[in-house]
Amino acid sequence: MRMFKYVVKRVLLMLLSFFVIITVCFVLVRMLPRNLPTDKNLAAVIEARWEALGYNKPIIVQYGIYLKNIFTAWDFGTSWYISTLTPAWDVIVDRLAPTVLVNLYSLLFSIPIGLLLGILAAVKKNKWQDTFISTATMIFISVPSYVYAFLVQYFFYYKLGWFPAIVSSLADAGGSWLSPKMFYSMILPVLALSFGEIAGLCRYTRAELTETLTSDYMLLARTKGLTRGQATVRHALRNAMVPILPMIISSFISILGGSMIIEQIFSIPGVGKLYIQSIQLLDYDVFMMDTVFYTFIGLLAGIVVDISYGFIDPRIRMGER
Amino acid sequence: MDDKFNKIPKDKFEFADGGDVYHDKSLSTKPVGYFRDAFNRFRKSKAAVVAAIIIALIVLFAIFAPLFNTRYDSSFMDPYYARKVPRNIALSKIGIADGTVSRDSSEKGLIYNLSIGIGAEDGEGKGGISSKDAMDGYYQPVKKIGDKKQSAGSSIYPIKLENYLEVGFIYRQIPRSQYAEIVEWQNQTGLRVLYPLVADNGYCPDPTEANYWYKMDSRLNPLRVGADGKTSVISYNDNNFTLEDNYLRDEAGNPVYYQYAGGGSSAENAEYKVRVLYYNYYRYVNGFEPQYLFGTDSQGYDLALRLASGIKLSLLVALFVSVINLFIGAVYGAIEGYYGGKTDLIMERISDILSGMPFIVLATLFQLHFAAKVGVIPSLLFAFVLTGWIGTASTVRTQFYRFKNQEYVLAARTLGARDRRIIWKHIFPNSLGMIITSSALVIPGVIFNESMLSFLGIVNLGNSSTTSLGTLLSDASAIWTNCPHLMLFPAIVISLLMICFNLFGNGLRDAFNPGLRGTEGGNG
Repeated sequence: MRMFKYVVKRVLLMLLSFFVIITVCFVLVRMLPRNLPTDKNLAAVIEARWEALGYNKPIIVQYGIYLKNIFTAWDFGTSWYISTLTPAWDVIVDRLAPTVLVNLYSLLFSIPIGLLLGILAAVKKNKWQDTFISTATMIFISVPSYVYAFLVQYFFYYKLGWFPAIVSSLADAGGSWLSPKMFYSMILPVLALSFGEIAGLCRYTRAELTETLTSDYMLLARTKGLTRGQATVRHALRNAMVPILPMIISSFISILGGSMIIEQIFSIPGVGKLYIQSIQLLDYDVFMMDTVFYTFIGLLAGIVVDISYGFIDPRIRMGER
Repeated sequence: MDDKFNKIPKDKFEFADGGDVYHDKSLSTKPVGYFRDAFNRFRKSKAAVVAAIIIALIVLFAIFAPLFNTRYDSSFMDPYYARKVPRNIALSKIGIADGTVSRDSSEKGLIYNLSIGIGAEDGEGKGGISSKDAMDGYYQPVKKIGDKKQSAGSSIYPIKLENYLEVGFIYRQIPRSQYAEIVEWQNQTGLRVLYPLVADNGYCPDPTEANYWYKMDSRLNPLRVGADGKTSVISYNDNNFTLEDNYLRDEAGNPVYYQYAGGGSSAENAEYKVRVLYYNYYRYVNGFEPQYLFGTDSQGYDLALRLASGIKLSLLVALFVSVINLFIGAVYGAIEGYYGGKTDLIMERISDILSGMPFIVLATLFQLHFAAKVGVIPSLLFAFVLTGWIGTASTVRTQFYRFKNQEYVLAARTLGARDRRIIWKHIFPNSLGMIITSSALVIPGVIFNESMLSFLGIVNLGNSSTTSLGTLLSDASAIWTNCPHLMLFPAIVISLLMICFNLFGNGLRDAFNPGLRGTEGGNG
């Protein structure tokens, strides 16, 4: 019951933050001057639509209309230039699949490797394996993802010619995001994303596991006759997973957001690329939609981490009272 | 027996030591203060010290690269020498930065490249220079020809090309006075700039291309024209061939070096069309040979100076942001942590909402709204500062919660110290280490975000005097497979900066707070 109350409180607070942020962004976006396209017919159509949709009314009234449309018709505005006169919601939903897929592949690839390397480093603490892994981790965490993107492009595409440099278009890959050809062309961006993720997870796992490995209950477990392996897996690792698991869960939520830079370099038609396009073409309704989306994902990831701590770790659940 | 000890006569007692008053001995060792102690610990961490040295070197490079380059400033550019590879004449003696690139060339392409060297040898249009003789020429762009390979039915030669000489000849339109100047410069230095113009006839496939000085057919095959007008294709013949020039000649058969190209009827204003060897023309205009230690960027700026300017911008932005964040975060966190209760609750809510805003959205909105009014960099700084202090504030808040109920604080309060005094004199100095560390760890994040924003083109920083590492990278991203150095140097610099600042920050954190070693990290 206490847990339930906590969750409700957190969700309400999140919605409050969400509402305030969206309001501020909406006002800032609507204050920007709008441009009409050069095509006269289209410009007339768009101008008429703007008039009808109340884009020339005071901003407060516009905001009322915006909220009303969302709640009554799930209408987040219209794309004017990227995909002319399509609802902004449809535009963003169209781009979700590639973003999610690339990031999902990369997560599925990097979680086991990151965990294993982290465990290895912690178990072999202060031996050469640990020094090697920790140094590599430090370097891999610091180097920006676009540097990896260029490196993998250079070696695997330009030098070796194993993989294509950019992700195939949907039509090229047989009309499905899940086709083998699509998967093949996604390998490079997945690789580029994975280096950083592996390193981050590895460092986190190592830090948590070294702490649990030196705690008193490990000593107790060993005195009771468990082997080192048993004690590590059953006691140290289980306890170390308490902070690691929420982190993994939150990265599963953040895969919706994706990485703008990777999408730009590998020309993945995803949410991040849509954001860049919406700025370049000044398609403000799509920009607003993307903002709503990113804000929601960010807030959701944060709250899920906090709540999952409570579900995973009984100590925190108790401490809440 | 008792008497013996109870009744000791007074004169039997004497002072052990002349009756002096005892003092504490003054300490012979120096006291080790908090910062001294932290510094000592920092010095022991090898990685952090190395990182600090590398950062110092990069900073020195950013400051001194433009100062040492007295020949030109960072706005110097040359469109013909754009995207060129590193070249330094002194270093080329030991085999680095020799300005050459390796390429696979067809036979036709090889002859074209060799022809530049042959043409450069033959400024008088006498002809008869074989390709073998021209191999040793100073202006021969082909430095090495590898063994012939067969690929898809045609022969391919792996060659080494000098990237700067490869430009070869260009056409220029110059005023008459400059023509005279060049002629005089030629006589003084003995270097030839002006070369004969090429006839625009059936043997010249493209009259705007100054490198097509020999007779060729429309498919760019080199031709030999017999006395009867019959043509045959000149073969490569294992690099032993002679080309037939297609120079424009006057009635006497002498090559023509200039042509009237408009610009007024009077002889003073006349403009001449000339054909120049660009390498020597560059020397004539600038007074030195083209040498760029890091090569040139996509527009022809010196990449070393562009890098220096990018580093300077990144570091200044990062430093400025971290100092401002330190200040705002310290004040905000101190108030939150010290007063607690309702104040804390409300202020936490505000910072919660601010931190919920995606940074990239914030930066974009600031650019769209303010870039035209206050400039690109100030609006970028606003965006960084608006949410950047939240991390520092929460560190300070935690520290204040930790210290505010300790005995020395209670003692100070009992003695009547005001809140402000307790905050700044008693609690703040104790948490200073953590605060400095948290704002040092902000720096790599700022550098990364700045480069990301300029890479994505959300922030537009590239102009003739300043640039950003992200802009350099995004300029290079379209063309870099042909000139990897454009990507390599900025990528190395930004990676080094990120790695070193992270190591440096971690070293600081361990030094100030040995208990936290290796548990949390910067950002990636």
